[in-house]
Amino acid sequence: MTKHALSTRLWHWVNAAAIIVLFMTGLNISNAHRYLYWGDYGFDPKDAWLAVVKFPGWATIPGYYNLAVARDWHIIAAWPFGVGLLFIWIAMLVNGHFRRDLTTKPSDWTPGAVIASVKAHSPAGGAAHHGYNAVQKILYGGVFGVLLPLMVLTGLSISPGFEPAAPWLIDLFGGRQSARSLHFLAAWGIFGFFVIHIVLALADWRLIVEMFTGGKRPDPASAPVAVPAPAPETLPPAEGAMDHG
Amino acid sequence: MVDIPRRSLLAGIAALTAGACAKIGESETGKDVIATADGWHRAAHRALAGKQGLVKEYAPEDRSPTFKGNGSKTVETPFYQDQLAKGFPDWKLTVGGLVEKPLSLTMADIRALPQRTQITRHDCVEGWSAIGEWTGPQLSALLDAAKVKEEAKFIVFRCADTLYGRSYYESVDMVDAYHPQSIVAHSLNGEPLPEKNGAPLRMRLERHLGYKHPKYLTGIEAVASFAKIGDGKGGFWEDVAGYQWYGGI
Repeated sequence: MTKHALSTRLWHWVNAAAIIVLFMTGLNISNAHRYLYWGDYGFDPKDAWLAVVKFPGWATIPGYYNLAVARDWHIIAAWPFGVGLLFIWIAMLVNGHFRRDLTTKPSDWTPGAVIASVKAHSPAGGAAHHGYNAVQKILYGGVFGVLLPLMVLTGLSISPGFEPAAPWLIDLFGGRQSARSLHFLAAWGIFGFFVIHIVLALADWRLIVEMFTGGKRPDPASAPVAVPAPAPETLPPAEGAMDHG
Repeated sequence: MVDIPRRSLLAGIAALTAGACAKIGESETGKDVIATADGWHRAAHRALAGKQGLVKEYAPEDRSPTFKGNGSKTVETPFYQDQLAKGFPDWKLTVGGLVEKPLSLTMADIRALPQRTQITRHDCVEGWSAIGEWTGPQLSALLDAAKVKEEAKFIVFRCADTLYGRSYYESVDMVDAYHPQSIVAHSLNGEPLPEKNGAPLRMRLERHLGYKHPKYLTGIEAVASFAKIGDGKGGFWEDVAGYQWYGGI
């Protein structure tokens, strides 16, 4: 069995491209009015709860201020992002990825579980590579269950043409400017996840390869509880050796 | 192989993506994609909300204390300044183009029509919002009075203000033109429109961003196509800066 289902891998890379475009065009859009407000209205910088920095060209798409082009690409990339999120949720519910890897038990939220997770992720903790540890479950669950849907819903709710479809959505977020503020905050939440995710993935490049190839899931029945220092592999696998199912 | 530091690699990927987007956007295919997406967004919104779906209307206490003026904040012609000082006694709004009965209306004519008052939120393309109470006749009433011909597909709004040496104008399709909340507003918060907000008349097209709500209105024109107007993109900001013609997103 592959470690990453085809649906996961497809979604992962399409979503990665969409998120990069959305984030960098979003920073360009932010430069148009660099003030965030709570409530329904807000236009006077005096009322802003946050004056956002001006994002430099290297951080934005395009690499110079152009609201029209940034908006064009932002709302185009929103389609694979939004539809993709629906797709991966359905896939995760169907193939068990959600139940197996993202649902937490009360014990996952304890300091002990967090320490165990960190240990498992350290170079010495090679044995725990199958399955998600508590911190991973909480982080991935937070991204899939909170940040990504929040991004889609706040994005929809700040669009005046979409508003008649769900006028309650804007009230749910506490007003249009609140929805815009939450859109900004959630974007940085996703960025924070993105940084941790990339740093940890780069620590072991095989993880990135597996996100293309699918990798192999260790058989839980035969997985050793603790692995001694791996013996150097000198013998080629016997001909006709069974591959992991 | 050269060992590229990871940080530069990431910055490189980002730069490539940024460059690619700009390049794609300038190509003919890129323009087609953007134009197609513009149509999709409109179709998706209307499929979800219905053609007559209303935006939220607010209570009087929800109004913002002031209403920001943006873009043109006045018209610098002697005629406009004179009319502004006198309360627009000679201001005319024409309704023409593909209509059977062209109209030329005074401010008194417009105030004498059945009125709609709505407290709505104005969302600028830049991101800010203001809330105000607008009063005026529905655009549909004017179009019905002028008897728009079958072949008309768009309504173009002509304005007195100029920016960068060009006349402001905008356009919408018939669905938005006949939307119940599309009104020709002459009042804001119970007072005649302030100069900065488009005195004496501005459009309210509530399912669109602010640049689609033209101010200093002088004419309403039914057309089959806006390809020959301005640079042919359907509005001032569409021509000048490439903003989407569909301003609902």
